[in-house]
Amino acid sequence: MPNLVPASLIDLSRPGHYVHWGFIDISVANLVVICVMVLVFVLAITLPFPHGRKAKR
Amino acid sequence: MSIDVEEHETASPHGATPGVAPTWTGRFRRWAVRDLPPDKLLPDTQPAYVASWIYVFGALTLAAFAVVVLSGAVLAIKGPAWWHVSSAGLFVNSVHLWGTELFFFFMVIHLWGKFFMAAWRGRRKATWITGVLAFVTSIATAFTGYLSQQNFDSEWIGTQAKDGINATGAGAFWNVLDFGQMLLWHVLLLPLVVSIFVGIHVLLVRRRGVVPPFDDSAGAEPAQAEPAGTAS
Repeated sequence: MPNLVPASLIDLSRPGHYVHWGFIDISVANLVVICVMVLVFVLAITLPFPHGRKAKR
Repeated sequence: MSIDVEEHETASPHGATPGVAPTWTGRFRRWAVRDLPPDKLLPDTQPAYVASWIYVFGALTLAAFAVVVLSGAVLAIKGPAWWHVSSAGLFVNSVHLWGTELFFFFMVIHLWGKFFMAAWRGRRKATWITGVLAFVTSIATAFTGYLSQQNFDSEWIGTQAKDGINATGAGAFWNVLDFGQMLLWHVLLLPLVVSIFVGIHVLLVRRRGVVPPFDDSAGAEPAQAEPAGTAS
């Protein structure tokens, strides 16, 4: 059963976990995605961009 | 009855441009060639400031959008009995879902990047607005997609969403419990609208150029084609 591998990592048959912080009520899954987006955004503006070949003019 | 085309093309009545017939096709062609010449429409170089990872996310969003449209077309061809049961159907269904996840992932980072560089500078307001419209209509498209799954998840989302939609007054003509209506909006109307906004957005980016960073803006006029050696 190939589906057993991902199913063993994340149990989707249970209610999700939530973070409650004042009026903020967010699922851990959504919070993780937002944190990854912020991380990728920071990396995108800080990491150097590889320079390709020079254009011949 | 015949029309003397040569006469139209050489005459310039009422101040019309010589060589362009005073028809809507002639005016459209003149406008298209003037505002979107081939070197702007398909540039082979970009300004040096484009050599940054943050400028990649617009193209990544377009790539994810293409994956979503193509996988959605396959799902439409085969139908729910296929995407719920067969291995290939489940795979394409997952590609459609994760393509959508990546589409929004890349689009929001693209939005953050353009917001913090004030990408509406230099006569780029229409570019910004069409991006916003594409974003908003994409949310509606994704929402109707959740309603079109034909499983308990979509039923739960529909019953939960109906009160919210009814509260806005839109429930009278936009019924989230009407599967047929939601499916048709999801596979025809909304993708068409998103595609139009995305298309106009990309053409405006080509027309005005990629917005320069603040240090390089100098009024942020549309960037001229400068060889940068960073073909992207």
